[in-house]
Amino acid sequence: MNQEAPVITAAHIRKAFGSKVVLEDISLEVRKAETFGLLGPSGSGKTTLVRLLTGIEEADSGEVHVLGVKVPRLSLLSQIGYMAQSDALYSELSAKDNLEFFASLYGLRKERRTKRIREVMEIVDLQEHLLKKVNQYSGGMKRRLSLAIALLHEPPLLILDEPTVGIDPVLRKSIWKELKALNERGTTIVLTTHVMDEAEKCDRLGMIREGRLLAEDTPANLLQATGASSIEEAFLYYGGVHS
Amino acid sequence: MRIGALTLRILRQFIHDKRTMALMFAAPLLVLSLMSLVFGGDAYKPNIGVTGQAALLSEALAEHDAQVMKYSAEEEGVLALKNGEIDALVSMDGGTPKVLLEGSNPTANRAVMLVLEQAVGNQQPAGQAQAQGNQAEGNRASAHSPAQPQISYLYGSADMKTIDRFGPIMIGVFVFFFVFLIAGVSFLRERTTGTLERLLATPLKRWEIVVGYVCGFGIFTVFQALLISWFSIQVLGIMMAGSFGYVLLITLLLSMTALTLGTLLSAYAGNELQMIQFIPLVIVPQIFLSGLFPLDTLPQWLQRIGYATPLYYGAEAMMNIMIRGKGWNAIGTDVYVLIAFSLLFMILNVLALRKHRKM
Repeated sequence: MNQEAPVITAAHIRKAFGSKVVLEDISLEVRKAETFGLLGPSGSGKTTLVRLLTGIEEADSGEVHVLGVKVPRLSLLSQIGYMAQSDALYSELSAKDNLEFFASLYGLRKERRTKRIREVMEIVDLQEHLLKKVNQYSGGMKRRLSLAIALLHEPPLLILDEPTVGIDPVLRKSIWKELKALNERGTTIVLTTHVMDEAEKCDRLGMIREGRLLAEDTPANLLQATGASSIEEAFLYYGGVHS
Repeated sequence: MRIGALTLRILRQFIHDKRTMALMFAAPLLVLSLMSLVFGGDAYKPNIGVTGQAALLSEALAEHDAQVMKYSAEEEGVLALKNGEIDALVSMDGGTPKVLLEGSNPTANRAVMLVLEQAVGNQQPAGQAQAQGNQAEGNRASAHSPAQPQISYLYGSADMKTIDRFGPIMIGVFVFFFVFLIAGVSFLRERTTGTLERLLATPLKRWEIVVGYVCGFGIFTVFQALLISWFSIQVLGIMMAGSFGYVLLITLLLSMTALTLGTLLSAYAGNELQMIQFIPLVIVPQIFLSGLFPLDTLPQWLQRIGYATPLYYGAEAMMNIMIRGKGWNAIGTDVYVLIAFSLLFMILNVLALRKHRKM
């Protein structure tokens, strides 16, 4: 699986908003069918980085290639399932309306649309709430619906910004199981998280702090290299805080 | 203590929001100065055409601040009246002045009548003195003193109410105002709730978003235009001399302009409140310059600003249809200008969305 060309390559990305440098010299590779986690505290630049990977945002310098195509490219967006950090839902509409709207944007037609809506709502365990208006949803339910929308068009690449915030541990576990199943079917997943124990479930991790990529490796290797007993300790090690 | 903290926080929020600050202080000044310009403008000076014997009155009319044009033939005068060059045409039928009023503007009607009354009143003694040699003529004039002018109307009628004049414009104003706000706020919410970013993460093109909004709201505005036009004419009984289809067309085009302008400007508002702040900046001046008040008395530079506002063309067309009963020839230009405004705003909006996604 490692011989295949990487799904994402980012080379020396730099991004600044005005005089504030948000990302500095970031280079990373995401391989096919893995779950790549971006771990870092809030404000570290994770969201900006994933937005750059989708092409919504453009880097000041450096290059990003996704699925062999240089970003940004409009046609690439149909290959990506994106879940933003804020729940981008139309709260005055029902979940079904929201799903149908986004399904249509991705060109899903009648039967396939109905079928996919049923499938993704099962994955996130919301099938009973399909007809409910989104403004009656709890925070966790909205998060799950956002995830369902990202999965709708069966994209080969999923980019998920903090997908499990506010979701209870039982459901979080089942969502992780589903993400792993997607990996096995060949879907590549990039996700951001600031929860250390969740990071361990990723195939590989990028540790990011103050706009710089501190380390990029499998969780096991990161632990070994730093002699740390937890991902949190490893993060502190790379962050320059030696215990 | 807690109140103090709260007060401080609110003050700080204000200081950070320069726009709201500017609006609180600058906008009332702007609106007040506009009002003073509009209401404090010089009294309306009517343009009066005279033909035939009535030319004798021209000096007296000019003395009372009317612009007088002389026409050798009555037909010439009527044509000038139709083209809106003069407000009234005065001719003489024996000793009685005959007045044909353009009629669509009650303010102008009143101004014409006032000037005429004064001019005829002055004319009488002078006329008698001059007509000493002709006793019969003098007697006839004094018998009719003060000579009651015969009044007829080209458009409208004596019982045309102010609402008949304001109505066509107000239809335009209300349609424009509400569509502007609602479309603007809903496009803004798309941005503040993050759904715009989500939309831009789909293969949807920027122009598709703009056109999608125009279509979605467009359907709504068709019904709105229908309802408002029908209500104004049938229920409120506003004078309607022309075709309902044209009224619908203009109302619809005005909403399109408002819709595209609203969605465009929402790109420059951070929240709903800032969208509301566009009202005194974008809507109110347009209302003042739309022709609701006679524009002729305004300074030239202010009139020119009026030509740059969509509502001006909408109001002009609406008056031509509803009061003057005119057809395509009179409103064609306005229609094209309104379409051009909508297209311009749409293109600018597609460009403004580049701020969120370059491709």
